[in-house]
Amino acid sequence: MSAIPISPVAEPWQLPSRGRVAMLSLIIGECGIFTIFVVAYIYYIGKSLSGPTPQQVLEIPIFNTVCLLSSSVTIWLAERQIERGKMKSFAALWALTIALGTIFIVGTGFEWHKLIIIDGLTIRTNLFGTTFYSLVGLHATHVIIGLIGLILILLFTLTGHINETHSERIQVWALYWHFVDAVWIVVFTVVYIVGR
Amino acid sequence: MADQTLPIAGALDLTPTQHRPRPLVEWLHEWVITVDHKRLGILYIVYSLFFLLVAGAEAICIRIQLALPNNHFLSPEVFNRFFTMHGTTMVFLVGMPILFGFANYLVPLMIGARDMAFPRLNAFSFWLTAFGGILLYYSFIGGFGLYGMGNAPDVAWFAYAPLTEKPFSIGHSVDYWAIALILSGFGTLGTAINIIATTLSMRCRGMTLLRMPLFVWLMLVVSGMTLVTITPLTAAQAMLLIDRYLGGHFFDAQAGGSAVIWAHFFWIFGHPEVYILVLPAFAIENEIIPVFSRKAIFGYPAMVAASVGIAFVSMGVWAHHMFTIGMTSVGNTFFVLSTMLVGIPTGIKIFNWLATLWGGKIRFTVPMLFSVAFIFQFLIAGLTGIMLAVAPFDWQLHNSYFLIAHFHYVLVGAIVMNIFAAIYYWYPKATGRMLSETLGKWHFWLFVIGFHITFDTMHFVGLLGMPRQIYTYEPDRGWGHLNMIISIGGFIQAIAVLIFAWNLIYSYRKGKVAGDDPWDAWTLEWATPSPPPVYNFATDPIVNSRRPLWDLKHPEDPDWKYES
Repeated sequence: MSAIPISPVAEPWQLPSRGRVAMLSLIIGECGIFTIFVVAYIYYIGKSLSGPTPQQVLEIPIFNTVCLLSSSVTIWLAERQIERGKMKSFAALWALTIALGTIFIVGTGFEWHKLIIIDGLTIRTNLFGTTFYSLVGLHATHVIIGLIGLILILLFTLTGHINETHSERIQVWALYWHFVDAVWIVVFTVVYIVGR
Repeated sequence: MADQTLPIAGALDLTPTQHRPRPLVEWLHEWVITVDHKRLGILYIVYSLFFLLVAGAEAICIRIQLALPNNHFLSPEVFNRFFTMHGTTMVFLVGMPILFGFANYLVPLMIGARDMAFPRLNAFSFWLTAFGGILLYYSFIGGFGLYGMGNAPDVAWFAYAPLTEKPFSIGHSVDYWAIALILSGFGTLGTAINIIATTLSMRCRGMTLLRMPLFVWLMLVVSGMTLVTITPLTAAQAMLLIDRYLGGHFFDAQAGGSAVIWAHFFWIFGHPEVYILVLPAFAIENEIIPVFSRKAIFGYPAMVAASVGIAFVSMGVWAHHMFTIGMTSVGNTFFVLSTMLVGIPTGIKIFNWLATLWGGKIRFTVPMLFSVAFIFQFLIAGLTGIMLAVAPFDWQLHNSYFLIAHFHYVLVGAIVMNIFAAIYYWYPKATGRMLSETLGKWHFWLFVIGFHITFDTMHFVGLLGMPRQIYTYEPDRGWGHLNMIISIGGFIQAIAVLIFAWNLIYSYRKGKVAGDDPWDAWTLEWATPSPPPVYNFATDPIVNSRRPLWDLKHPEDPDWKYES
């Protein structure tokens, strides 16, 4: 058995959390998908050959946006609560986050209902319809996936399966939710401000 | 101070496992449910080798068709399907899975970890990738749906719009193409995330980033590139499916959509993809050349920097595939210059390999033969690459056989050669047996000779004006003899690959027993038995330099004294 001397200075050995690294990698990958859809949206602004145009039919969803963005704050507060082991207030803030996310997705549903039924804009109507429903729909899909995760975590919390030892995993999922919110800022700017 | 040991002798349970005869079902079941990174790595490699044979057979059919003018060996429709499937298979079902297979097998071993960061995600990624491959090939049966004959994708591997739009590609072959690649793309994404998390979070004590083997470094870079490269393709394919199924207009010129934007989206993926394929080849090179030159790699930090540099530069060169589509002169100039910029980091790498060889005690084993051939061929591929990077030159020769020769020099001359080198080098680790050197040398020489007959000649038919993807040609063009020579070279390569396949099977049963460290190498995977046990290392290794096994074998002169 050969023993090798270690180098004189023993270095402290600390590595980043694998969950956080993986979630950040996933987010970088997701950014690739969103970038392509955003680029396509910007490229096709004003290129539709027929109506309706964004100016005619789009309304700025300010209430929805406020709800979604403030859910990032509530989830951040919830993260702080679970770190301190206050499970009751964690569950309350977590449920509030879910409520805000749900308001957003229901609001998107009403918006699409109006666009499809009243304005007659579908994904096949024109380029605006194609790019709008794909980009906003892609984001909405991510919100729904995020909500499913959030609801599962809430259920586990209410049945007592989650305590402060899980705070890191909770934070990893919260990271995804922050990403979904951050993407909305981009989508909102492109679709409702630049594109309109 | 001297109380820390590497798990070489005594630390592992070396009693031979009892081999009781087991039913085949049980054995298969173990392979299907496995989450062990080594088994998944082998599954990836076997899966890709299978598709290498399939896509190779397609290439041979293409070459028979083109060997003579006015030939009708294949029908025009089948010809189109074969070159599409050849390209798609080689890139997505051979190149990427085999390289991720090596990463899967080797990265945890090289960084002294017990498994990947997420073993179950790893298994999920593999089966997703495998399902994608099967789905793509199922299109031969199911492409037209139940009511018609089978029809594989026939839109070329870059699937330019508007050919892929519903009116021009009826049936489901394009849908198979898109869905299969989206699926295997998600598999690839999962593996890339896993490799990043593994390299950043699972390294053994002392394995700082600048002590990681260059193989691991390059796989980290490749995985990072994969994150931002595969996803644009996934997005573009999703758009294509929206067009085809939901009646969208992304690439529909009739409704104001743009076919050119598909080309942009595809090549934003397509060019970095080439680097995703070639960086693992560099990674393999970085391990093999030092070991068989008996020297530490020359310029380790420069190699790391060059790899990261290639990754960044490769993101900004895609439109050099589109000079003939038409761009502004500013666009042309930008992409000419950015493409030439790639030459600098790759040049650094080639010089570093040469400097590693220089003055070394070179052992020309089979892996080393392939590696040396790689340097030479990759240099030529780089030179024709610089020629094609010049926009006016590209206007003349774009989509000619010169271009085909150029990228096959990269894909076969560099990447496939290195895949062979890697299999000869690590086969003893994975199976415990050496591959036959005699058969290996036959394989090497036949393959190299066949390769040069085929692809050197291909440059000349390209210069004579033969375009890619044509079904046949008139005898008076003067391409006949050259095409015959190209096809003969193809057959020589096919024979070489069959020898290789036989070698893999033969040596598995009859090969020389390898031992733990047959090449006298320096990275951690050689500190485990061959094949390594499920848990890899019985005790977590501790590393003090870039060559931990050198330190162990030469306690009087360890590397860490010289590395700061």
